[in-house]
This record gives sequence, C-alpha cells and structure tokens, in this order.
Amino acid sequence: MSHNEDEHNESAENRADEFLQVFKKGAEFTQDLLKENERLRFRMVKLEETLKEHSLGIENDSDAASVALRLKIEELEQEKVEILDRIKVVEEENQGFANRYLEIEEENNMLANLYIASYQLHSTLDFKEVLQIILEIVINLIGAEEFGVLLLDEKTNLLEPVACEGLELSQLPKVAVGHGIIGESVKTGENYFIETMDGYERDFVKPIVCIPLKIKEHVIGVISIYKLLTQKEQFTNVDYELFTLLAGHAATAVFSSRMYSDSERKLSTIQGFIDLLTK
Amino acid sequence: MSGFKVLVVEDSPTMRQLIVFALKRIRGFQIVEANDGVDGLKKLSADKFDLILTDINMPIMDGLKLVSMVRNDPNYKETPIIVITTEGATEDRERALALGANEYITKPIQTMKILETVKKLINI
Repeated sequence: MSHNEDEHNESAENRADEFLQVFKKGAEFTQDLLKENERLRFRMVKLEETLKEHSLGIENDSDAASVALRLKIEELEQEKVEILDRIKVVEEENQGFANRYLEIEEENNMLANLYIASYQLHSTLDFKEVLQIILEIVINLIGAEEFGVLLLDEKTNLLEPVACEGLELSQLPKVAVGHGIIGESVKTGENYFIETMDGYERDFVKPIVCIPLKIKEHVIGVISIYKLLTQKEQFTNVDYELFTLLAGHAATAVFSSRMYSDSERKLSTIQGFIDLLTK
Repeated sequence: MSGFKVLVVEDSPTMRQLIVFALKRIRGFQIVEANDGVDGLKKLSADKFDLILTDINMPIMDGLKLVSMVRNDPNYKETPIIVITTEGATEDRERALALGANEYITKPIQTMKILETVKKLINI
C-alpha cells in the first residue's frame, strides 16, 4: 500500500468517526427531545386533569347554590300560598263581620222603630188618638196602603171596624169570631199571611195579612191588611217580627185607652147623678 | 259635624219621631221639628238650616209648596232638601225634584235609607 492510500484511508476513518459522533449527538438530542416531549405531555395531561377537576368543582358549587335557591323559592312559594290562604280566610271573616254588622244595624233600627212606635202608642190615653197612631205606624213602618182595625165586641162576639186607611169604614164588614180568615185568626190568635200576592184582588173577608191584637192570650181585635204600598212588594222577616211586637203594644194601648175612656164616661155620668142628687 | 242644623217637617208625630231618632244617630246633628209647611217656614226664617227633610202630604201647607217657597228664598237656594212621601208613584217625586228638592225617600220608613241619603247630600 502506498503512502497516499494510507493517508486517504485515515482521513476517511476520521470523517466516519466525526459522522458517528455527530450521529450519536443527534441521537442523544432526539432522545432528549423525546423525553422532553413525554414530560411535557405528562404535564399537559396533569394540567388538563387539574383543570377538569377545577371546573367540576365550580359546577358542583353552582349546583349546590341552585338547589339552595330552588329550595328557598319553594319555601317562599309555600309561604305565599299560606299567606294568600290566610288573606282569603281573613277576607271571608271580614265579609262575615260586615254582613253581621248590617244585620245588627237592621235589628238595631227595628228596635229603635219599635221603641218609638210603642212610646207613641203609650203616650196617650185618648182612644181615637191611639187608633190614629196605630194607622200611622202601619202606614209608615209596615208600608200598608189599605187596611182596617177591627175590635172585638165581647157582648156580640163580633169584630167591628173602628179605623181604616185607604178605605171607607163602611166598606169593612163586621166579622164573627171563627168565621173566615179574619175570624179564624182572632179565634186562634195566630198571625195570617197570604202565601202569594200574585193575582190577589181585594176581598174584605180575605185580607193579605191578619194580625190579632193580643194581650197575652186574650184577643181584643185584629188588623187586616188589603193592600201594600206600591214600593213595598213583599214582607220581610223583620216585618213579621215587627207586626207581632207592634200588635202586642197596640193591643194594650187600645185596651187601656178604651178602659180609660169608658171609666171617664162613667165617672162623668156618676158625677152628673151626684150633682143632680146634691142640688 | 258640629252645629249642623236639620229641619224635619212632618205632620205625623210618630213619623217625625222615627226620622228624628234616625238622624240623631249622626253625631253633632241639631234637629228642629215642624208640624207642617207653615210651621216649617217659621222655623226656617228664625234660624239657618243646613238640611231640610219634609213630608209631602201635610195639612195647611204641603211639602211641595214648602219646597217651592224654600227655593225662592235666597238664603236657602242651595240648601239640600229631601222629600218623604207615601206614594211610590213617580208623579209626586218628579214634581218635588222639579221644584228643587235634591232627593226623595219613600215610605215605609227605612232608617238606613234616611242616613244614607243624608250622608250623601252633606258629604260625610
């Protein structure tokens, strides 16, 4: 082998070594890169997991708050329903109180009217005045337009008309006790009210209302009504009570005034005799 | 309502008492009573009233005549007048309103109705 060939071989070996060295370094670098890549991937996965956990945590927190809010809303809704129910109950109670108040007012007015009527009835012992007051009361408080007052003559057992309104006294017939609606009402002492006023035509023996004038169980007469005022279409419950209570007061007023008038008349007759005898 | 004067003109003592009793339920009302239209005019000239309640059917001078005379009096041109009548028929009511009455009440007497009408006219 020649010297040149040796030099050439040596140079080639050197270059191969250099290449090998470079290749090794490249391999090492690649290894390093791969390791770094793997490390970074691992890191990334870790970060992703952390992030996921973190976001899950937020979601969980958000769910808990929503649940709490929902519960609170339900609680408030329930409370609202209870309050509304309570308001309804209170409103019903108020309505009840208002109705009761009106009823009491009505009763109060009725009692006041009754007080005045009875006060007026007992304010005089004049028989004619008492009859006039009875007429006024029946017109103004009861609302009757045509009616008569009949008193019992205990000798004949006949009911005789003594006062009337909207009619002529002569139009009213005398009625025997126990005869017809009026006579029966006096006999039994029970009030009579016609069932319906539809189609009613005035009939002096068939009134629409009969109220016996009673002192306890002793009947002294009767009020018979044939027509109500135009605006008074029917009787109310208050009227029935008022009628009965007034009839009691009217009866005592009529009875006492009649007795007083009789005794006054007798007294005057006796006085006349005494004067005649002593002259 | 202190010193609020009301004149009640009604010939029937029972009816008058019923009206007076009803009006007394309004605190502070001073009520003066008159038996008929003439008596009512006398009372009106002797004092100043804030409200007049009058019946229509009365002897000597009826309620319609009274309403007419009251409305011709400059002192009572604006004074509220309520007429009370037995008739449910519209004739009396319309005549009274045409003569200057402000409201009407029909018999049988209803305390609530009287109070309601009075309160409406005097705004209480």
